[in-house]
Amino acid sequence: MRVIVDLTRCQGYGQCAFLAPDVFTMNGQEALLYDPDTDDAQREHVLRAAAACPVQAIHLDQMATRHPGMRTGPAPPPVRAGDGSRKTGRIVIVGASLAGARAAGVLRRDGFTGSLTLIGDEPYEPYDRPPLSKQVLTGLAPEDHTLLPRLREVDAEWLSGIAATGLDLAAKRVRLADDREVPFDRLLIATGARARPWPDRQEAALDGVIPLRGMDEAALLRERLAAGPRRVLVIGAGFTGSEVASVCRALDLPVTVVERGPVPLVGALGGVIGAAAAAMQRDHGVDLRCGVTVEALEGDADGRVRAARLSDGSTVEADVAVVALGAVRNVEWLRGSGLAAGVWGVACDAGCRAFDSNGLVTDDVFVAGDVARFPHPVYNYQFMALEHWGNAVAQAEIAAHNMISDQAHRWPHLSLPVFWSNQFGTNIKSVGVPTFADEVVIAQGSLAERRFVAVYGYRGRITAAITFDQAMWLDFYQGLIERAAPFPPELPGADRAERRPVPAEVPERLEPSQVTVVVTGHDPAERRAWLLHDDR
Amino acid sequence: MAPMSVFEQIFDPAGRADPYPLYAELRATPVSRQEDGTYVVSGYDEIVALLHDPRVSSTRRNVPQPGEPGSDEATAVPPPSFINTDPPEHDRLRRLAMRHFGPPHSPRLVESLRPEMLRVITELIDGVAGRARIDVVDDVAYPFPVTMICRILGVPREDEASFHEWADAVVESLDPREEGRAERLRRRQAAVVELHRYLGGIIDERRENPGDDLLSGLVTDEGAEDPMSPVEVVATATLLLIAGHETTVNLITNGMLTLLRHPALLDRLRQEPALAVSMVEELLRYEPPVHFLSSRVALDDIEIGGTVIPKGAPIAVALAAGSRDPAHVTDPDHFDPDRRYNEHLGFGGGIHYCFGAPLARLETQIALTELARRLDNPRLVADPPPYRPSAELRGPRHLLVDVDGVTA
Repeated sequence: MRVIVDLTRCQGYGQCAFLAPDVFTMNGQEALLYDPDTDDAQREHVLRAAAACPVQAIHLDQMATRHPGMRTGPAPPPVRAGDGSRKTGRIVIVGASLAGARAAGVLRRDGFTGSLTLIGDEPYEPYDRPPLSKQVLTGLAPEDHTLLPRLREVDAEWLSGIAATGLDLAAKRVRLADDREVPFDRLLIATGARARPWPDRQEAALDGVIPLRGMDEAALLRERLAAGPRRVLVIGAGFTGSEVASVCRALDLPVTVVERGPVPLVGALGGVIGAAAAAMQRDHGVDLRCGVTVEALEGDADGRVRAARLSDGSTVEADVAVVALGAVRNVEWLRGSGLAAGVWGVACDAGCRAFDSNGLVTDDVFVAGDVARFPHPVYNYQFMALEHWGNAVAQAEIAAHNMISDQAHRWPHLSLPVFWSNQFGTNIKSVGVPTFADEVVIAQGSLAERRFVAVYGYRGRITAAITFDQAMWLDFYQGLIERAAPFPPELPGADRAERRPVPAEVPERLEPSQVTVVVTGHDPAERRAWLLHDDR
Repeated sequence: MAPMSVFEQIFDPAGRADPYPLYAELRATPVSRQEDGTYVVSGYDEIVALLHDPRVSSTRRNVPQPGEPGSDEATAVPPPSFINTDPPEHDRLRRLAMRHFGPPHSPRLVESLRPEMLRVITELIDGVAGRARIDVVDDVAYPFPVTMICRILGVPREDEASFHEWADAVVESLDPREEGRAERLRRRQAAVVELHRYLGGIIDERRENPGDDLLSGLVTDEGAEDPMSPVEVVATATLLLIAGHETTVNLITNGMLTLLRHPALLDRLRQEPALAVSMVEELLRYEPPVHFLSSRVALDDIEIGGTVIPKGAPIAVALAAGSRDPAHVTDPDHFDPDRRYNEHLGFGGGIHYCFGAPLARLETQIALTELARRLDNPRLVADPPPYRPSAELRGPRHLLVDVDGVTA
């Protein structure tokens, strides 16, 4: 049976791990690992676990995910007078991963009765990627267990294993790699991103040099890890690289992590929290080298990787080199289409409608998921592309809704970004945009114990919060961000520890603002951004 | 005399059988100030927010008590357990206790007790065979969880007669109202001192001769960060013994009562034992064993539900009212085990979420399934049944049922 846990909702209560211990495992205090396609013999246990989840984050054989803040009550009525014509016609979705598949499900759920086509270049049904750098690599779950639940039952035409190669906006057609053309009335672009390859082609082709993004790559990497390499080299200490390093240590494999920045996760969490991540890696036996880059990968006579030469002059001998240098957005097929698509993604408005290259908003082309670059009111309307599971789901739902609603009933995508990572037995969760900050303060817990809540502020208001094994508090801080509450937060905590903000050490790239935005409402239909003008 | 407030009426024994209409009245003001200065929170969203608000403390030591030295928990022996402790102490104590009860260190413990649970419930139901009238409370719902918690902790089952009295005294002293608090506290402390003396003796013995039980685990744990002090072990043991046997009895009894009031569902459970899983979740929403959390205190002014709870004010969290909030759940007064995505407050929420929840769930699922399967034509003798005095931990004192027999 298929199981999917909405880990953006999970707060680490661990009830599932009590009731179905063969399926759900707590890795440390609150990081959950599970087999997403478990044997039917476990059915009874899984049902018990799902029923017991205090935040109802476990979905079985279907994908009715809800994003944080959404109510459990009945869904808002999707059909309204006057939008009947939007429920028919031809919708084409390019990109059949999480966002594309979720949008397809929502379109059908909310009454779209026209023809629906999904185009994906991978030969598989849509699958879930977060397990690929965690339980798939440890061997807890085979890679083909990550298929998303019950998408086959969505009434749609699936074109899998074939890439879209072009878009003709005037004729409203998508061109495929085999020269077929697929006409549409409305289009959803959800082509996501791929792993950034190792820049040197010859070195990248060495056996054992593995980027990690898809199911095939995860299967290959798992196989190589299981074979017991002398040492694994991880290039890049972002979330994927850090999680791979964590898996290596769990498998008792020697691992060296090379990171260009001063600490791991610096690009996402800043230098202060990154330092905690660095300490965590070293405590777990990772050979972490920061402020260093890999200059060259060296192969042996059989074309297998054997070593890496670093910028500090040292050499690391390794049989596996994992390339974790971030992602490249899949926009090449849109070249010449007239859409505002580039390395930054496909620009769209808060309602997921794509901009053309003149900055004009299109009526019938929508964007969702990792490839979408949208303005977020809470963050000075800065355009951002988020590579987060929760964003793909939430944005796909908004896009699907807007595709079948008239303009008076469209919703803005106002969800605050939420993400999680599971590494070294610690559950890291985030809400907001931690890099949109000038200061950070440990609001609860202790950095030294690596159980804490870190709150980020920008010009005196709270913009993000991170928890290390303290996920139950995160919603409170989400509320503070939505209310644009003052930074630093005044929390007369019981432990009465001294709480002093320090520079957040994030890359400088912010503009001053005289306007603050607050967000209200729970349901997507109710959520609104309000401007508070600062007349100082 | 002024008419009783809704809050006062809830604590009047006359309303014990059906407090739900009063909860609906409470919810009209989701956060309401009572005359005694207590803030009662009854809306689902407001409750969830406060259970996850770091400005809410779980210890009355944070209520200012000028001029009343000695009357509050601040100066009182014995020390509080983790239910009345804030982070980081709370987290540490709970983590240490969890090492011997659940994941990540002992993930299979509760599940491994299933065969023994079935054996115990079978013996208890066998024991009423041949009788035309049974008391669900005294015959099954009370002895079942007590036997299990004794087994888990490593407390002799035969001592139940003595510790039962002390545990009852503790439970009956729970009450979110300010009036009479000092007197209730004195009674509670007297009982807790007895429990500490009793459990302290057992724990000393385990330290010398450890077994495979939880208390032995607490005193012998070498792998832990900063192990519990002897005083902390005794306080934890006392909490687990009381909580483990004063709450599940109510859940099982409320469940049987609810099923007897919904005979079609009783019949369905007989045909479809797997229904017990969602049925117990719905029970936790609809007829939970814990109705109020009464020891919370605002550490700062907290703006919520259109009002401000001032710093230092006591907060009573009306969990049972929140779980029936129509803004959260459709048709809240309807008992429907087929609800999907049933999010309820039956075990509270946040860091103080019920420690023994998985145990209570399994025990109640097994008890209700076996009672439904084996009792032949069960009929309620009195509806409503007599209730125990506490409005906070609410449940019938007895639940008399006439039966035509007991199936094997």
